[in-house]
Amino acid sequence: MLTLTCPYCGVAACETELAPGGEAHLERFGPGSSDADFEAYLFLRQNPHGVHIERWRHAMGCGKWFHAVRDTVTMEVFGTYPAQTYGPPEEIVAKVRERHPDWQVPEGGA
Amino acid sequence: MSSRLSHGGRFTNPSKRLEFRFNGKRLQGVEGDTLASALLANGQMLVGRSFKYHRPRGIVASGPEEPNALVNLGAGARFEPNQRATTTELFDGLVARSQNHWPSLEFDVGVINARLSRFLPAGFYYKMFIHPRPLWKHLYEPFIRQSAGLGQAPKEPDADGYEHLYAHVDVLVVGGGIAGLQAALAAGRAGAEVLLIEQSPHWGGRAPVDGVMIDGEEAGDWVNDALQALGKMTNVTLRDRCMGAGIYDHGYVLCYERLTDHDPDAEGPRHRLWRVRTGRVVTATGAIERPLSFAGNDLPGVMLASAVRDYIVNYGVSPGDRTVLVTNNDDAYRTALAVHEAGLTVSGIVDARAAPEGPLVQAAQEAGIAIHAGRAVAKVKGMRRVTGVALSAQAGEGAVLAEIPCDVVAMSGGWSPVVHLWSHAGGKLIWDDASAAFRPDAARAPTGADGAGFVIASGCANGAFEASAVLADAFEAGARAAAEVGATGDPGKAATAEAPEEEPLQPVWMMPEGASAALRRKAWLDYQNDVKVSDVELAAREGFESVEHTKRYTTLGMATDQGKLSNINGLAVLSQALGEDIPNVGTTTFRPPYTPISMGAIGGEARGELFQPLRRTPIHGWHEAHGAHWEPVGHWRRPYCFPRDGESVADAVTREIRQTRDSLGLLDASTLGKILVQGPDAGRFLDMLYTNMMSSLKPGRCRYGLMCSENGFLIDDGVVARLSDDAFLCHTTTGGADRIHGHMEEWLQTEWWDWKVWTVNLTEQYAQIAVVGPNARKALEKLGGMDVSAEALSFMGWAEGELGGIPARVFRISFSGELSFEIAVPAGRGLEFWERLLEAGAEFGVMPYGTEALHVMRAEKGFIMIGDETDGTVIPQDLGLHWAISKKKDDFLGKRAQERSHMTDPARWRLVGLETVDGSVLPDGAYAVAEGLNATGQRNVQGRVTSTYYSPTLDRGIAMGLVLNGPDRIGEVIAFPTIGGAPVAARIVNPVFYDPDGEKQNV
Repeated sequence: MLTLTCPYCGVAACETELAPGGEAHLERFGPGSSDADFEAYLFLRQNPHGVHIERWRHAMGCGKWFHAVRDTVTMEVFGTYPAQTYGPPEEIVAKVRERHPDWQVPEGGA
Repeated sequence: MSSRLSHGGRFTNPSKRLEFRFNGKRLQGVEGDTLASALLANGQMLVGRSFKYHRPRGIVASGPEEPNALVNLGAGARFEPNQRATTTELFDGLVARSQNHWPSLEFDVGVINARLSRFLPAGFYYKMFIHPRPLWKHLYEPFIRQSAGLGQAPKEPDADGYEHLYAHVDVLVVGGGIAGLQAALAAGRAGAEVLLIEQSPHWGGRAPVDGVMIDGEEAGDWVNDALQALGKMTNVTLRDRCMGAGIYDHGYVLCYERLTDHDPDAEGPRHRLWRVRTGRVVTATGAIERPLSFAGNDLPGVMLASAVRDYIVNYGVSPGDRTVLVTNNDDAYRTALAVHEAGLTVSGIVDARAAPEGPLVQAAQEAGIAIHAGRAVAKVKGMRRVTGVALSAQAGEGAVLAEIPCDVVAMSGGWSPVVHLWSHAGGKLIWDDASAAFRPDAARAPTGADGAGFVIASGCANGAFEASAVLADAFEAGARAAAEVGATGDPGKAATAEAPEEEPLQPVWMMPEGASAALRRKAWLDYQNDVKVSDVELAAREGFESVEHTKRYTTLGMATDQGKLSNINGLAVLSQALGEDIPNVGTTTFRPPYTPISMGAIGGEARGELFQPLRRTPIHGWHEAHGAHWEPVGHWRRPYCFPRDGESVADAVTREIRQTRDSLGLLDASTLGKILVQGPDAGRFLDMLYTNMMSSLKPGRCRYGLMCSENGFLIDDGVVARLSDDAFLCHTTTGGADRIHGHMEEWLQTEWWDWKVWTVNLTEQYAQIAVVGPNARKALEKLGGMDVSAEALSFMGWAEGELGGIPARVFRISFSGELSFEIAVPAGRGLEFWERLLEAGAEFGVMPYGTEALHVMRAEKGFIMIGDETDGTVIPQDLGLHWAISKKKDDFLGKRAQERSHMTDPARWRLVGLETVDGSVLPDGAYAVAEGLNATGQRNVQGRVTSTYYSPTLDRGIAMGLVLNGPDRIGEVIAFPTIGGAPVAARIVNPVFYDPDGEKQNV
């Protein structure tokens, strides 16, 4: 039962008020894209044993989508940030690297 | 026989007598008894039958680890099975029955299973009941179901109330023994908000029973002082009868408080589920004594040494006159001394160790108790009750050296820390050679949101067994927890204890260590599920090397006690059989709850009318008053139809359809989703969301639209009205409003966040009423205020104005094929408008109609229904809706997916109408069969029914279905097998059964 802080309203929200949205920063592939790109966009996900950037919606609160950077093993939350961006902010990346020095932001679209 | 002692116990008040019934027998206990102690006081050692072999079983333990003494408790609406007698506090009038026997506890025919035990080995059910397959359904399954489960299921709804409570604290201390008290004192003094919980009604744990001295006073006095000190701290909350049930991620803990189990007539909820968020958890959950594995260790009268001590000291009850101790450690000598001090006889101490010594051993010797060192119990004598033990050397295979008559065998195989809570959220364990037990590995604690460990084990639960070590460890845990959550006060000092030093134990997993096969077949590991040493060894021989597989194969530890007694002994036997070290074999997973919690507590207040909030339209009350036959739709309840006096539901539907098609009907369509999409980019946004073009829609006009997921599958449909240049009103299905609004927001917030669009879910702001039928316009004209003529308001147009003085937005859309107006008015005036329409329509015989008439009429017109014709795998092209898919747009959600090879495969199941040859109604969901069999030997299929109704308009069954290449096969007859009847033949036809040219709606 996670607690994630909504970056919009500042509420430390219990998982019961949140709706999960899977991996964040996927690049959308639409008409004209190759079968491989489209398949990857629709179906192929990171599912890491470790640091994961994921989408959450504060569904039972302010209704906003945000991203959380979380360790799926230790449950450590490195930070949350609004969804209107293409990657995690520098300070969160730095926080992840304190624990995982070699960690790289995964490329969007798998 | 067990009996009541003349001196009272620590917990009991012999002057206050309580009456209770066990298996119909009227018995007496005293205030402070548990059901178990009261049964023992009445000489009732036999309390149940084992699950598989129906062996007679007695009370083994004195706490929540009890595997045998499970009873059916209470009666009627307060009946509950599988209640542990050891944790059931006695009250006047308690009614209990033993379980799993027939016809009676004393004479149980199921005992035949024990005679057959040689033929009922581990995995028996798996091996026996696989072949022949056809016997499963009618022979094996009913038999197994009959014998499954120990207690009976309650038959009446629960009469009691339950509640949830939310709490936020800095430090939660689980366990109210001296460790928990010490940890709470340290954290409380430091200034942290502390919640301290204890599962039993008694504080102090084992220390007072064990005669420990703390800070120069008796443990019981120190406990009282500690409680007083804690009671004075405003930042500390104490709760007894409250168990830490489970620890979850990020400091979430469920606690289970039993408020009135001991006093069923008291006011208030019976159980309370605490949903706690805490910064740190200190687990001070103590330890559980391990049984020893020797032949006959399941006979009534064989008990844990600590339990024998508890019953004597705490309850003033003697489990039996003559006790033999069997041990591999010093702690059991405390029981020998307690038995001796109570004036009962210790017939001997059988110690597996070759040369026991130390203060406790000396004390026993000084008391004149015979100690048999290096000896083992070869087997327990007796049929339904212990009559004696046969001794052998611990080394060797169990040749009998001597026999000792006795009534009780008190066994101790050492103590296992209660690591359950530590493990729930991922804490790891290490093997401790000295105590031969797993204990928490502090370096691998469960971690929280900040990446630091949030559970701190303390005292016996941390493997610190000696009283002074317990207190020091617990003080350290409490102080650390408080400091880590930012408390800066002085935690004070740790209390110190004096207790006799104890010599190391000797791990004993099998007694005697080379026990013969015959003995191993009688040495029980898991009492509740009847798993023996020989079963685990068999599993190992058959290749079940993983402890998780062995557990499932043998059912070791899978009973309601979750292996609290059997776990470590079973692991040890498995590791020996595999020739591995115990740590390499590892443990099974500990899962919440620690002991079973009631379903009522899990549900809390959420039952009956409070289970789920009911959404009501503004006209709901009218429907209710006019006898609506309800249908749940999402969280709404909609009228299915309005039966009149003596009328069947089917007849009511037929009448409503005929009236609507012939004259005038009204539908409460308020539940329809209504989402306002507004902004300079609203048109562009809707072009992405709908498969058809919405940006080209003119203000004042409506368009039917389809919505697909990025996967290409249909997710919703509805009519979009353009309100102005920059505003659209999107109608969704009743169940889809919130989901579709969420879908819009997801794309707006996470993909096209720079587009200037707002969405608002207005569903409940309007009442919406469909005025349907040839006389619809006449009825509206009687209300007056707006021009609703065909010229002013053409089909698929909308207009705003007033009808009968009520502000209204009138949409000329039709889901029935009739002349139809859907009219939205402010929600607060919905009922008024509904009643005005009924008045105006009276001369046309107006009737309300329900969802079934709506469904039938749309099916007669061949209109699809999301959820009937779609199931998450259907694309618009399957439904012949190509006309609603824009070819001009470069992109929309689902477009790319609909270009995938599987979606463009010409051989897909596509929508058709189905007419039975004999006019009957096809069964819903029926499949059409094709020639041949598939890879798994089932008949091939070529289509299925998606909607099927009796059509009053056509007076025959009509259906819609998805059929392989359906539209190319018009006129062909296909067969739909039915369950238990002859196949139904149906002709493939056009799905529009009624007014195919749309002449009736466009007038």
